Formats: sequence, structure tokens, C-alpha cells
Amino acid sequence: MSKLSDSDVKHVAKLANLPLTSEEISRFKSQLSQVLSYVEKLSEVDTEKIEPTSQTTGLENVLRQDEIRIEANLTQKESLSGTEKTHNGYFVVPAILERNKK
Amino acid sequence: MAKKFSAVELVSEYLSRIEKANPELNCFLTVSKDLAYSQAKNADKLINDYGDKVLEDKPLLGVTVAHKDLFLTKGIRTTASSRVLESYVPAYSATVVDRLEEAGCILLGKTNCDAWAHGASGENSDFGPAKNPWNKDFVPGGSSSGSAAAVSADLTLIATGTDTGGSIRQPANFCGVVGFKPTYGAVSRYGIVAMASSLDCVGHITKSVEDAERVFGVTRGEDYRDSTVKNSKLEIKNSKLKLGIPKEYFVEGIDKEVERSVLEAVKVFKKQNVEIREISLPHTKYAISVYYIIQPAEVSSNLGRYDGIRYGNDRGSFGDEAKRRIMLGTYVLSAGYYDAYYLQAQKVRTQVIEDFNKAFLEVDAIIAPVSPTPPFKLGEKADSPLEMYLADIFTVAANVAGIPGIAIPSGLTKSGLPLGFQLLGPRFSETCLFELGKLYQQSSVWK
Repeated sequence: MSKLSDSDVKHVAKLANLPLTSEEISRFKSQLSQVLSYVEKLSEVDTEKIEPTSQTTGLENVLRQDEIRIEANLTQKESLSGTEKTHNGYFVVPAILERNKK
Repeated sequence: MAKKFSAVELVSEYLSRIEKANPELNCFLTVSKDLAYSQAKNADKLINDYGDKVLEDKPLLGVTVAHKDLFLTKGIRTTASSRVLESYVPAYSATVVDRLEEAGCILLGKTNCDAWAHGASGENSDFGPAKNPWNKDFVPGGSSSGSAAAVSADLTLIATGTDTGGSIRQPANFCGVVGFKPTYGAVSRYGIVAMASSLDCVGHITKSVEDAERVFGVTRGEDYRDSTVKNSKLEIKNSKLKLGIPKEYFVEGIDKEVERSVLEAVKVFKKQNVEIREISLPHTKYAISVYYIIQPAEVSSNLGRYDGIRYGNDRGSFGDEAKRRIMLGTYVLSAGYYDAYYLQAQKVRTQVIEDFNKAFLEVDAIIAPVSPTPPFKLGEKADSPLEMYLADIFTVAANVAGIPGIAIPSGLTKSGLPLGFQLLGPRFSETCLFELGKLYQQSSVWK
């Protein structure tokens, strides 16, 4: 039986960049533990000589001409149309580096 | 073709039906009234100017469509039924949206679904659940809940959907309409909010198998914007068709009425000279576990892009189910767990595919139940995510293997809720599935 701890849940939430409340942490801990215990059934299958499947199309290295299709491009205005947080034609993003406060 | 009504009259009838029914059924999140009227006027003009000849270029002229709110529609709000995208208006349309428009379809609006297509009941929508038109206390299935309910309640002629683990077939089954999931890679997914990229298929919900085939004729085929799509010759190999019944799908826990209705459909096929054989798909019981590892893993990656910077709200706006799947996926991909969960699931995926390959040496198609139970009540599974996940147990194998499937209605339970079955075939065997489906709909008493 798989059992997640509070710190497992917090760690995964941090990796996934999800803000969680303490109520959510305790609820997800038990719900996700249940699901993980169920899917652990797979460990009983012998897969020693089996290759993994990542996709089912059988296609490999699909290439196209490296040329610009005007109809497939968005204008700068269209690209920025989804947000109000723009500045001089750029997206405004949260600061990652900050100047040392003197 | 006798002209009995105009496209404008048709649109006006559907819009008034939507206005009346939608407050209760909650099928539509957005109704595109002005666009629908302008497209209808254009359709009437084309028919007036060119007559029936115009149908050669526009095979779906005047057919009303509603798109699952996962399909980007230029200039029309597209939410994925999530608060994250509650005010997102796309700058471009999905390939399938464009192709249906070019074929003459009239867009009525955008349909409700489980947020991000995560769910089997429609209840995970951030805008409230859609209801089952047969009985409003019951779920319409999911995730394409609004699309199935809208076709069933005659609020549109056809509707689109996505099927990652059963999200077209299961709601169609719960609402008594036809739900078609094509082969993985038969229809472009460009411009459709991605859920799990190795499983997602773009299909549709219709009243009849014949309609499903006609719509597929428009949506299928290569698209330079989705490199997983390939053109394939669709042909039937054998003149006398063989249908397999997988014994692993009729196990303990399946509802008796569901079981009986599938076996009655088998009798209809038998009467029409289709050979019936029992087959075995030994890894069936593992398909759901494979699915609930691979799918959340891919979900966690696809939903990583929603950061609230370029469009949409920030990650705090995700609902509970999206958060659970992101967490589950992140966990099974994280250091120390990858081999035990994700890699093992990819290997068992190979075995599920090999089961089908072996079965299709013997039979042309497989008949199976769509869901282990008839529609369940709203709220019945809301507290247990695991129980909700198990509602997908008979549909996920087709996605894991990338094969096509079609859900067909076949009757009602004693309490008056829809029953049906699904047909599954090898990759690119759509023509065979359509032939079998049409054969059933022509010869069965249930339409």
C-alpha cells in the first residue's frame, strides 16, 4: 500500500508549481495514495523482455520544408491579445532576478 | 433533395431550443448566435445560387455543429471549462474547426465538459455540470458531457469531442447517441487544448453512424501543423466480417442490464450473417492502471504551460481534479519513481497493444460494453476520484493501443436510461467499423 506523506505532497506540488492549502495537502495525500496503490497492480506483470511504447503511430522523424507560411503565423498584436500585462509590445513576466536593495 | 426549410430557419429553431433547454441542461458555455446567423445566411445564398451542386465542395453545408470548449475558435471564448481560461479568446482556430467551417458547417456555440477533459461525468467542469437529457438527476458522462447531451437533446445536429480515455464514447453511451473515436493520428489535434498527447483523439458525436462517417470524411487527413497525422487508405479487407467478443470484458462487477444489451446487439449481428467468435485480451485488467500512469504524466507536462503570463489566469485557478492529475503525473515522473511507474506502464502498454494485434488476426472488429454501468447519479462518485477513474475501465484500452472505436446506442434500462455497446477495430479500420455500425442501425429495432 502506497502511502504519501505530507512532505511528499509538498515536494511534488513544488515541482509542479502548484500553490496548495494545508487542507488540500491532507485531502490530496489520501486521494493520491489510493490511486497509487491501485495502479501498483502493474508491478505483478512480467515485463523483463518487453520494449516500452511511447507512441502508436509508427511514424519517425516527420520533416517539412523550413519555410514561412504567412497563414500559420500570428501578428505581434494577435500574440499579445491574451493578456493585459504588456509593455512596449512585450509580455510582462514576474521578476526572477531582483536588484540588491540598498 | 426537397427543400423544406432554410438554413436560417434551422438555426433559429436550434437557438430557441438552446435558449429554452440550456438553463437546466447546461450543455453550452457560449452560444455564437450572430456568427450562426451569418453562416446560415451564407449557406442559404450558396444553395440558392448553385443548387445541390454546392454540396460537392461543401458536403456539410447547413449542418449545425457545437464544439467542445477545448477546440480553439478564433474570436470566440474558449475555456476548456476551466477558470484558468475563463476569459481566453483565441487568435486562431483548430484545424478541425476550420475544416468543418469550410465544409459548410454552422457553428452554434461551445459545449461544457469536465475541465481540461479530466473526468467521466461532466462534474469536474468549473462552470457546473451538464445534465443528462434522459433524466436530469443523472450525469451525461464525460468528459465531452455537453456535446453528447446537446446532440441527444436536439440542440445541435452534430458536436465535436476529444477522446483520451473514453471521453467521446462514454458520454455518447450515457446519452443514447453515436460517439466516434478515430485511430490515433487520423485527425489533426492542432489548436485543441492538449490533455495527454500520446492518447488524445479528436472525434465527434452524432445521431447516426452514417453521419459519423460523413463528418470523419471532412475532419480526417494530414495537417502540416500536427506531425502525428497520416493519411491512410481506408478499406475493408474481408467480405464476410468476423466480430470478436473479449471474455475479459464480461466479468464480475459489470451491470447485468449492460451485459444483456451488448449480448443482444451480438444477436443482431449474428442474424445479419456476421461471424461471432470469443477472443481473449489477457492484459485488459491492466489497461486502466497503464492509463492512470501515462495520462497524468502527460497531463502534468501539457498543463505546465499555463502560467498566466501570455494568456489565462495563474496556476492557483486550477480546479481540484486538474491539481490531482498534475500532482500524480509529476510524482510518477519524478526521480526514484520513474522506472517503477512510468517505464513499467509503457511496457505493459506494449502488451495491451500486442493483445489487440493478436486478436485482430482472428477477427475484423471487437464488440464490448462502453461502461461497466448505466449512467450514474450526479454526486454519486464525487468524493472518490479512484471510483470515478474506474468508470473508464472498458474505454481506455483503445486509447492505450491507438485504435478506433465507435459507441452505438442499443436500448434503455428498465428505469429509462440509455444503453449501448462499442465496436473496436485495428488502426485505420474505420470503414469496417462504420459498415458494421450501419448494418446494426439498419437491422436493429432500436434507432
